[in-house]
Amino acid sequence: MRYMTLYKPGTENDMPTEKEMAAVGQLIEEMAKAGTLITTDGLQPSSKGARVKIDSTGKFTVVDGPFTETKELVGGYAIINAKSKAEAIELTKRFLKTMGRGESEIRLMQDAPAFDAASAPSSGRAAQKPRGKAAARA
Amino acid sequence: MTTSDTHRAIDAVWRIESAKLIAGLTRIVRDVGLAEDLAQDALLAALEKWPESGVPDNPGAWLMATAKHRAIDTFRRTERIERKHEELGHELESRQELAVADMDAALDDDIGDDLLRLMFMSCHPVLPREARTALTLRLLGGLTTDEIARAFLVPEPTVAQRIVRAKRTLSERKIPFEVPRGPELAARLSSVLEVIYLVFNEGYTATAGDDLVRPALCEDALRLGRILAELAPQEPEVHGLVALMEIQASRLRARTGPTGKVILLLDQDRGRWDQILIRRGLSALERAEKLRGENGPYALQAAIVACHARARTAADTDWRRIASLYDALAAVTPSPVVELNRAIAVAMAFGAAEGLKILDTLTREPALKGYHLLPAARADLFEKLGRYDEARTEFERAASMTRNARERELLLERSRAHAGDLPQQ
Repeated sequence: MRYMTLYKPGTENDMPTEKEMAAVGQLIEEMAKAGTLITTDGLQPSSKGARVKIDSTGKFTVVDGPFTETKELVGGYAIINAKSKAEAIELTKRFLKTMGRGESEIRLMQDAPAFDAASAPSSGRAAQKPRGKAAARA
Repeated sequence: MTTSDTHRAIDAVWRIESAKLIAGLTRIVRDVGLAEDLAQDALLAALEKWPESGVPDNPGAWLMATAKHRAIDTFRRTERIERKHEELGHELESRQELAVADMDAALDDDIGDDLLRLMFMSCHPVLPREARTALTLRLLGGLTTDEIARAFLVPEPTVAQRIVRAKRTLSERKIPFEVPRGPELAARLSSVLEVIYLVFNEGYTATAGDDLVRPALCEDALRLGRILAELAPQEPEVHGLVALMEIQASRLRARTGPTGKVILLLDQDRGRWDQILIRRGLSALERAEKLRGENGPYALQAAIVACHARARTAADTDWRRIASLYDALAAVTPSPVVELNRAIAVAMAFGAAEGLKILDTLTREPALKGYHLLPAARADLFEKLGRYDEARTEFERAASMTRNARERELLLERSRAHAGDLPQQ
């Protein structure tokens, strides 16, 4: 299963220090080595962004950053591969430990049923035939 | 945190840490069976302690320290017994050395190397194929015996026995815990790649049962492949395999309809292909090619699936390139199955009649006897040539040969499409 984690540092994104960059870089490398990290990126300060809204009449409002409610600001995201929510939580703890502050929201991605462990088979027949390479199969 | 929360957390920690734990312990005790027992002991200790004390800050280190203490206890016990029996041979000497050796230093060595050694060990050619996959999923994928049994639709005791026997074989044959060097490396690596791809394929096209896809297995294989790519980054075929799996996995969502019905590659909604996985796959393929591995069997297969991934619509597919990649693949790994796929590509690039010519050479191939994709491919080409009667017969034949219910359904549907057609002369 794949989870998206949204990291909220709790403050407006400052440029990370060199030390922080190194620590995160090491964590990213570790997670890549463990095969759990699918993709990740950080986000620049909200002053470079905007909010776009549509109301019930179809009218748009565009508000330029920076945004004031810094607690809710997303600072970065990752898509991770985990067998369970508990594993996603555990991996997120490791990330937060590296960051030393903030919170992460963990959300199961809409991959299901493609990556849904719950769709495991129920029948019990044996499958012993070795498979050939058939690359052109769908 | 409730007790069940803690148990879930322990499961998660186990999933993340068990391979590193077992790999590190195997290097110390030189026996993968004993290493796994020690790791399991540590897990039991965690299950006992953590609900009260809470999950420690660094759970991996906690488990390793606990297992390490058990290892020392085990050594002391064996040493005492052995002294009693006055068996002061070479084995004891080496064990004493090990017990005395600074274990912390041993553990701080690059854990990645240990994981790689463990992978080579669990995919060792002295083991039967099923044992290699079961042991690899268990030791490196962190799966339980029960999970492996369910994934492969075999009874749990069978899997358990395979694993026990495999560990015994490794120990009896004194298979060294090392990364093979020199000329041995290529053959051993190909065994590792084969195991990973077997797991992937078992998930991708389930050989039996009601589901066409068992995605959890695809994920396990992908994870193993991604780990291997980081552990052995200089090996082009590792990236070739990862590319192949990433790109194939990108189509998982699009391969089955809402009711579980099979959707063939060319009929799939390409908007549902996973672009993140495609991008990862294409960059893995690039890595393989940069290492001059473009003619490796996995890299070639990856290049073929990449042609599909790059085509915006089915009609945009570069079939000539695919056909030539199959020519190259048939040259490096000649096999009836590759030939079958080459025939399909040739049919798409140069016309159904050309493809059928190749398929006709395969009908007496003993290796393809019982392989339902051969009559299915012939049926498809007969259909394109308007030879509907032959198409129907071949679709029915293919349907009777597959063990997968979803595939059978599709094949019978296609055979029925021509039930009312007159035979063409």
